[in-house]
Amino acid sequence: MSVVAPVPEVPAAVPDDSVSMSKRPFNFGRWFKATGWRHLVGLVALVFAIFPLVFVLSASFSAVATLTGSNALFSSFTLASYKALFNDPLNPYGWWWLNSMWIGVVTAVATVFLSALAAYAFSRFRFRGRRAGLLSLILIQMFPQLLAFVAIFLLLSGLQDVFPAIGLGTRWGLICVYLGGALGVNTYLLYGFFNTVPKEIDESAKIDGAGHARVFFTITLRLVAPILAVVSLLSFVGVLNDFVIASITLTDPQSQTLAVGLYSFVSNQFSQRWGIFAAGSVLGALPVVLLFQFLQRYIVGGLTAGSVKG
Amino acid sequence: MTVQQTPAPERSGRRRGVGLAASAGKGFYVKLVLMAVVDALGLYGIIALGSQHSWVPMILMIVALIVVNIVYFTPRLTASKYLVPGLIFLLVYQVFTVLYSGYLAFTNYGDGHNSTKEDAVAALLTQSEQRVPDSAEYPLTVAVQGNKIAFLVLDPGTKQPEIGTADEPLQPATGATVSGTRVTAYPGWQVLRLVDMLQRGQAFTNQLTQLRVPISDKPEDGSIRTQTGQTAYVYRSTLSYNAAADTLTDSATGTVYRAGDTGNFVAPDGQVLEPGWRTGVGFSNFINVLSDKSIRGPFLGVFVWTFVFAILTVLGSFVIGLFLAVVLNDTRMRGRRIYRSLLLLPYAFPAFLSALVWQGLMNKDFGWINQVLLGGADVDWLGDPWMARLSVLIVNWWLGFPYMFLVATGALQAIPADITEAGAIDGASPWQIFRRLKLPLLMVSLAPLLITSFAFNFNNFNTIYMLTGGGPKDLSASVDVGSTDILITFVYKLAFGGVNKQYGLASAIAIIIFVVVALISAISFRRTRALEDLN
Repeated sequence: MSVVAPVPEVPAAVPDDSVSMSKRPFNFGRWFKATGWRHLVGLVALVFAIFPLVFVLSASFSAVATLTGSNALFSSFTLASYKALFNDPLNPYGWWWLNSMWIGVVTAVATVFLSALAAYAFSRFRFRGRRAGLLSLILIQMFPQLLAFVAIFLLLSGLQDVFPAIGLGTRWGLICVYLGGALGVNTYLLYGFFNTVPKEIDESAKIDGAGHARVFFTITLRLVAPILAVVSLLSFVGVLNDFVIASITLTDPQSQTLAVGLYSFVSNQFSQRWGIFAAGSVLGALPVVLLFQFLQRYIVGGLTAGSVKG
Repeated sequence: MTVQQTPAPERSGRRRGVGLAASAGKGFYVKLVLMAVVDALGLYGIIALGSQHSWVPMILMIVALIVVNIVYFTPRLTASKYLVPGLIFLLVYQVFTVLYSGYLAFTNYGDGHNSTKEDAVAALLTQSEQRVPDSAEYPLTVAVQGNKIAFLVLDPGTKQPEIGTADEPLQPATGATVSGTRVTAYPGWQVLRLVDMLQRGQAFTNQLTQLRVPISDKPEDGSIRTQTGQTAYVYRSTLSYNAAADTLTDSATGTVYRAGDTGNFVAPDGQVLEPGWRTGVGFSNFINVLSDKSIRGPFLGVFVWTFVFAILTVLGSFVIGLFLAVVLNDTRMRGRRIYRSLLLLPYAFPAFLSALVWQGLMNKDFGWINQVLLGGADVDWLGDPWMARLSVLIVNWWLGFPYMFLVATGALQAIPADITEAGAIDGASPWQIFRRLKLPLLMVSLAPLLITSFAFNFNNFNTIYMLTGGGPKDLSASVDVGSTDILITFVYKLAFGGVNKQYGLASAIAIIIFVVVALISAISFRRTRALEDLN
């Protein structure tokens, strides 16, 4: 998995600075030259990165819940905007939140499952069309589902007559659409990770009498669990962020997702509804931000591995 | 990783017998239940499709069901068992929709061309209906059943009671009570007196006067309508359809409209009847994009901006991210993990929300940047074409640099320390070490990610749509397009934005986008040779 290139071996003969440094008395100039300026750069980057988020957090607690009222950061504290979120029958925020989470979680879990199955097949079995299959997955990945939204809209309205449960306007229909993109995006990534699990483990389990299904579910899946978590998190975020397909699929306010609902809510009366929108953003972003923090160790590995080799 | 020890043969042999029986037993029943559900749903689908005479989807469904059963009930085909579930979704929702987009790009599908020719003819006949002079009077009784409204009439010729609704033509109303010249009751329906109708208000009256009850299945026969709720008259279309010649003739003016190639009936003088129907139009959508002045101008502008936007986004966020990664990736520094956790936040925060938040920050009159940061300045961040383009890039850099920071940090840490040491021994400056040694190594692993990021930003709908909506709008263009529109937002507005939905044209541009992205990705992936060790 690592991205190391072959390097000519060089005898390591340079004395280690960092060890001897800690013994010297503190000197600001030297400190600044070594790491101090790095902290300065880091702090500037932090302000740039975090300010918009601090702003939205402050706005959500502001007593004057307009855009102007939000400019004085943390000048007041009230939960009024949060209460207003849940007391507007025309804009059922509670439903949007639940829909987004529900659609996101189901899609994420199913995506990981489907693509892990496929990746396992590509990694562990040798069959005709295997290489062609992998290559075509990479090709398909290049066509973002987003681009086919007109066709998706028409397909769902056609399905309406046969399977109303997954037709236009249904959450299940939307989930199915997202699952169509599952294999293309993730199989290749997972394939690389499955290749890192030594085949000898499978073989010894098989000698112990385990079938291929048992090896897959009880051994291989567990060994790549961290990357499964990352893939599901990324696909959850993808679903949460999707506006185009969700906006053409779900029309009834009660079945809409956060992206569609909050967008139409705030774009209607932009500055007046700012505070309430801010509260909605905070609640909507909270689960993802927390998950990112918990999984960040694995995320870096997952991201770099994406298009590098297996 | 260590290789697990293989247990002694005779022990494993014993355990295999027990294990197989137990696991195969449980797994088999799970499989059986799942397959029963799948087969039941499949059968239901086949029947439903059959009852709608959708033969091609039905046959595909039958084939799919047979394949699934073969795959899961034969001991071989192990790989297929793992591939089939995902493949089904992939084929239906990705491959099919892509191919269908390709098909749509060659049709005129959209508002005014939504349905079949038969539907268009029926709609045209209905639209052009006028009251037949001296037509027979139908003594009328209005009846309701829930939200449905029906006309109960006595046929002027036979004097027999008849009932009809908007969807069902007049048919004999056996069981209706007739007193005098009207129907007064009909089982299952609530008869409305004049007073009842007035009580139901204006909306009901409007509904009533717009209601047309067909006289028969044939649109040529016309319909009956009412203005008073008491008497209905025959309305008949001034157009008549000649199926053999494929023409519509207007009996009032004598104009003959011919079915044209573009899906409309057209008069000799060029007058077009709307609605038309859905039909193949060859390459005309693609030709329109490049030759129709009202589309070509905006399209080319958007096309160029999409490239500029995607390239600058990737370059900008990569430079910021790499710089931060190099600066903050120093083992002597304390708190590196805290920096990383916090710098991750813009990446973790849902992008559509971020773009909306930035829209607030950059608001010209009330936004924080103008009001507080610039002390009451009047910078039109999102309203001026060039400022809006810059703003979109700033926001996208903000969104993108944490990702670049993360992957660059990861790649930096993977570079062995002896490289730096070797460079230092040879007397290279830190900049030379970075430029000549580390950067080339970084690019090996990061180049494919930059390509992916380019492809993603090429279609970065959310930033544009949520921040500027593509605006500021270009008022001189005939289509809905603005200075910051990229291809995907342009296509979305063409298809779903305005009053005039142009599915065919939108699909044609989507296909163009795909070809562009695929070409660029293919060329660059080939150059980075990321795929060479695919075995």
